Amino acid sequence: MSTQSVVKKSRVIVIGNGMVGHKFLEALSDRGGHDVFEVIVLAEEPRAAYDRVYLSSYFSGKTAADLSLVQGDFFSEKNIALRLNTKAVAIDRVAKTVTTAAGEMLSYDKLVLATGSYPFVPPVPGHDREHCLVYRTIEDLEAISAGAAQSKVGVVVGGGLLGLEAAKALRDLGLETHVVEFAPRLMAVQLDDGGAKVLRRKIEALGVKVHTEKNTLEIVDGATHRHVMKFACGAELETDLILFSAGIRPRDELGRQSGLETGARGGIVVNDFCQTSDADIYSIGESALWNGRIYGLVAPGYQMAAVVADHLTASAASEFKGADMSTKLKLMGVDVGSIGDAMGTTPGAQSYFYIDEPKEIYKKIVVSSDGKTLLGAVMVGDVDAYGTLLQFMLNRMELPEHPDALILPSRDGSAPAAFGADALPATAQICSCNNVSKGDICAAIDAGAMEVGDIKSATRAATSCGGCTALVGQILKCELGKRGVEVKKDLCEHFAYSRQEMYHLIKIEKIRTFEEMLEKHGRGDGCDICKPTTASILASTWNDHILKKDHAGLQDTNDYFMANMQKDGTYSVVPRMPGGEVTPDGLMAVGAVAKKYGLYTKLTGGQRVDLFGAQVHELPEIWRELIEAGFESGHAYGKSLRTVKSCVGSTWCRYGVQDSVATAIDLEKRYRGVRSPHKLKFGVSGCTRECAEAQSKDVGIIATEKGWNLYVCGNGGMKPRHAELLAGDIDTETLVKYVDRFLMFYIRTADRLQRTSVWRDNLEGGLAYLQDVVINDSLGLAAELETDMQHLVDTYQCEWKTTIEDPEKMKRFRHFINSDDRDANVVFVEERGQIRPASPAEKKGRIETVAV
Amino acid sequence: MNARNNLARAIAPVAVCTLEDLTPGIGIAALVNGQQVALFRLRNGDVYAVGNHDPFSGANVMSRGITGDLKGVKVVASPLYKQHFNLATGQCLEDDSVSLPVYAVQVEGDQVSILA
Ligand code: SRM
Ligand SMILES: Cc1cc2nc3c(=O)[nH]c(=O)nc-3n(C[C@H](O)[C@H](O)[C@H](O)COP(=O)(O)OP(=O)(O)OC[C@H]3O[C@@H](n4cnc5c(N)ncnc54)[C@H](O)[C@@H]3O)c2cc1C
Ligand code: SF4
Ligand code: FES
Repeated sequence: MSTQSVVKKSRVIVIGNGMVGHKFLEALSDRGGHDVFEVIVLAEEPRAAYDRVYLSSYFSGKTAADLSLVQGDFFSEKNIALRLNTKAVAIDRVAKTVTTAAGEMLSYDKLVLATGSYPFVPPVPGHDREHCLVYRTIEDLEAISAGAAQSKVGVVVGGGLLGLEAAKALRDLGLETHVVEFAPRLMAVQLDDGGAKVLRRKIEALGVKVHTEKNTLEIVDGATHRHVMKFACGAELETDLILFSAGIRPRDELGRQSGLETGARGGIVVNDFCQTSDADIYSIGESALWNGRIYGLVAPGYQMAAVVADHLTASAASEFKGADMSTKLKLMGVDVGSIGDAMGTTPGAQSYFYIDEPKEIYKKIVVSSDGKTLLGAVMVGDVDAYGTLLQFMLNRMELPEHPDALILPSRDGSAPAAFGADALPATAQICSCNNVSKGDICAAIDAGAMEVGDIKSATRAATSCGGCTALVGQILKCELGKRGVEVKKDLCEHFAYSRQEMYHLIKIEKIRTFEEMLEKHGRGDGCDICKPTTASILASTWNDHILKKDHAGLQDTNDYFMANMQKDGTYSVVPRMPGGEVTPDGLMAVGAVAKKYGLYTKLTGGQRVDLFGAQVHELPEIWRELIEAGFESGHAYGKSLRTVKSCVGSTWCRYGVQDSVATAIDLEKRYRGVRSPHKLKFGVSGCTRECAEAQSKDVGIIATEKGWNLYVCGNGGMKPRHAELLAGDIDTETLVKYVDRFLMFYIRTADRLQRTSVWRDNLEGGLAYLQDVVINDSLGLAAELETDMQHLVDTYQCEWKTTIEDPEKMKRFRHFINSDDRDANVVFVEERGQIRPASPAEKKGRIETVAV
Repeated sequence: MNARNNLARAIAPVAVCTLEDLTPGIGIAALVNGQQVALFRLRNGDVYAVGNHDPFSGANVMSRGITGDLKGVKVVASPLYKQHFNLATGQCLEDDSVSLPVYAVQVEGDQVSILA
């Protein structure tokens, strides 16, 4: 028997499982620390770490589970003991133990305090009345929701970053919302007077009332509402609910109790390794005071977490050296950015300003006395330059001769002044959330990363706030280029061209068939990628019937049978109902057809009727009857215009300001049948209430008193994206002109199966560039785009009508070439009074199936 | 089921259609001794026949797939979930364990027959 004793693992206790505490656990296990140490986590909250930064999204439907930061079975996989609902109340530094609120005593070898901070509530009399709340945890949010349900008016005390976010939450909960700020301006820490003024105007335009220079003296019973707040200036404000967001205070009570050094205004003092005055105890995140500073943002906390993980596992000699506090955020839909010395307090500093009052844009840069380096910047309403400016500041890059070009708009279509990603030094920090430098990204590229996704998994860059994603993409592109790696855009093995290049070849060389294209520019026989893509481009250019002999074999089955194939090989039939309008007779005709052919009938999400379960041989007969009743193909099968969703609009609705139905019908009739890289959806709403959900469509149109607002590049589906305003208050004629240009430009330049939303996200120059092309005709293409579209409009035919009139085409619609038998494998069962495909088990058992 | 077994079962050829009925690149289905067969005529004139039953979806739809070649192999893509099948051997390119039955084709003059 061996006498050797088992070496006991040393124990690390982590107090707090907030954002930074959790990041530390991840960093520790990344370095293998969970094998070396026994790790115990004491967490006061009832749930494991969640994303506080996105806390407000809880009000827009995110659940606690959505917000969780715990990946999979992290704790059990890494063998980390997480004790929820467990508050640490005392530390004995001599005995090296921690005592919990339940009285349990645990010994530690190393201790990490990640206790965060608590919201500061000014001690005014009445601050603890009912429905006086704070905003930090999920439990706080639950209390706010409950309070809001019994309130009409809400006040946020504090007009800083968090306060404004809290105000948005109150407004979203339907309360009349006020912000009360002690200082003379909003976001006093990040913004200068000019920026704060623009921000205030924008926020007030959203219906939030802002009261600055208000010092609350007391809160007592109100006359018309639950409370009245009395201010030093004599003013009063009645409200039902009060949310304090007047700053944070570090939770340093354990440090004070155990005699660790703490700061005069709170915080546990730490050195560059984040060690407290006791070398076995660390503190990280918002509880730590480094160099006299508390960092109230996650990124610096994450850096501290990495430093302590390095220190404990001796994996690297990293040190915390302070962090940049620049911020970029969207507050109530208002973009705000603040970089470095935003107030220009550095001696000799000089500023440039750009103010656009009509558009409510404010930008300022602060440069050094010699004008060579950027010290700081403020941006409200337009933060496009944020990434560029931040890199200039962080890397002390030499400014261009006229630094103001960095904030001036470019009206001549030239790219805004910036540097190439190339100009950045290898040490430049690209992702501040995860401390990833340009050098780290280059190393990942050398190790084989080819796409942004590869960089993300290799370096973690762009995986937290996402603010650096665009820059990561630029670096990748530039570095791949330098390494001579050609970013391959070939459509498939048969064509060494991108879709855009294929389009140009077809248009310029007037190529009319796939065979011709293959002979001139391709190799092999083609495949299920290049055939439908070429067919789509040919249709977008020449608009022949898709079943013309040369084209028929190129089509996906949906286009080939002009119906959508379902899982059992049957098809669905969708007649067009422009704008969702249908007469009672029309509706009855559709019903009669459905009944006659025994089709499952359902209303679609696109305001029309879908008939399912038709077999190929039935399609022509079904369509003959639908066409006789006045319907035409709905192109539900094509990569083409699907529906133009409309609301009832000014003809009936008491709020409508324009005839949204008529416009929807006109647009649907104009663009029906136009083949495009992917499907297209429109929406037209009669007023700002937006009942047609136009802002989730590729083209969304919302009526205004003066005309229409045109939105583009929205998407529902897998990755929803709000459409952006392309042009405002335009008349109908201009609207059609812009939509023509927009669609044709998309058709010309998008990749295969790329919705307008993804195309737009990849469009260099972004919305401004698109506006330039569509509105200002910066490419000189507008007339050509309109002519091309007009050609498609003029050559429209109902594909089904042409088909049933052509006996040659009709031959295709049978299941067998040599038999009139039906496909015996198509079996239905009845459910809720209609058919549905039988499951495999049902087919085997042949139970109660419906004859077809 | 593999290709060889099916060939071994082959009996008398069954006439199913004329060459004219087969547009290059477009498949059709035929009923041969109770079995559903998908026929394809390719650009080079060759005619192939495989089972019409798509093993991934369970639907009889292979004849409605798009034909072409991948790295020189003549293939048809399932119209439902887009897996590719080697037209000569029936082998699925994305999944080794799946294949379609293949059938011998006879073209005499204008007449196309299947041995199934
Ligand atoms: C029938 C319908 C569902 C329903 O019963 O309501 C439907 C059914 C299908 N949708 Fe859809 N979508 C239907 C409305 C929608 C909507 C709602 C809308 O249009 O307002 C959306 C979200 C809006 C959007 O597209 O932005 C929608 C987002 C998708 C997506 C995801 C697209 C994306 O960009 O993420 C797909 C997949 C794709 O296209 O790649 C899809 C694909 C499909 C396909 C074609 C899947 C397929 O290949 O078999 C379904 C077959 C249709 C058929 O008729 O057999 N369907 N689909 C709706 C038909 C509307 C119509 O009248 O034409
Ligand atoms: C609404 C909101 C929006 C924000 N937006 C941003 C933003 O946009 N960008 C940004 O950078 N930052 C933002 N922040 C700040 C960011 O959330 C914090 O910087 C970050 O959460 C700090 O992490 P932490 O781990 O130090 O503290 P916390 O996340 O607060 O975690 C501390 C944890 O320790 C627990 N704890 C405390 N004492 C004990 C004890 N004695 N025993 C056991 N457990 C204990 C607490 O219950 C808590 O769970 C926002 C914060 C809020 C509230
Ligand atoms: S969007 Fe406006 S006009 Fe249209 S139905 Fe809704 S409220 Fe009425
Ligand atoms: S900066 Fe936040 S993810 Fe990179």
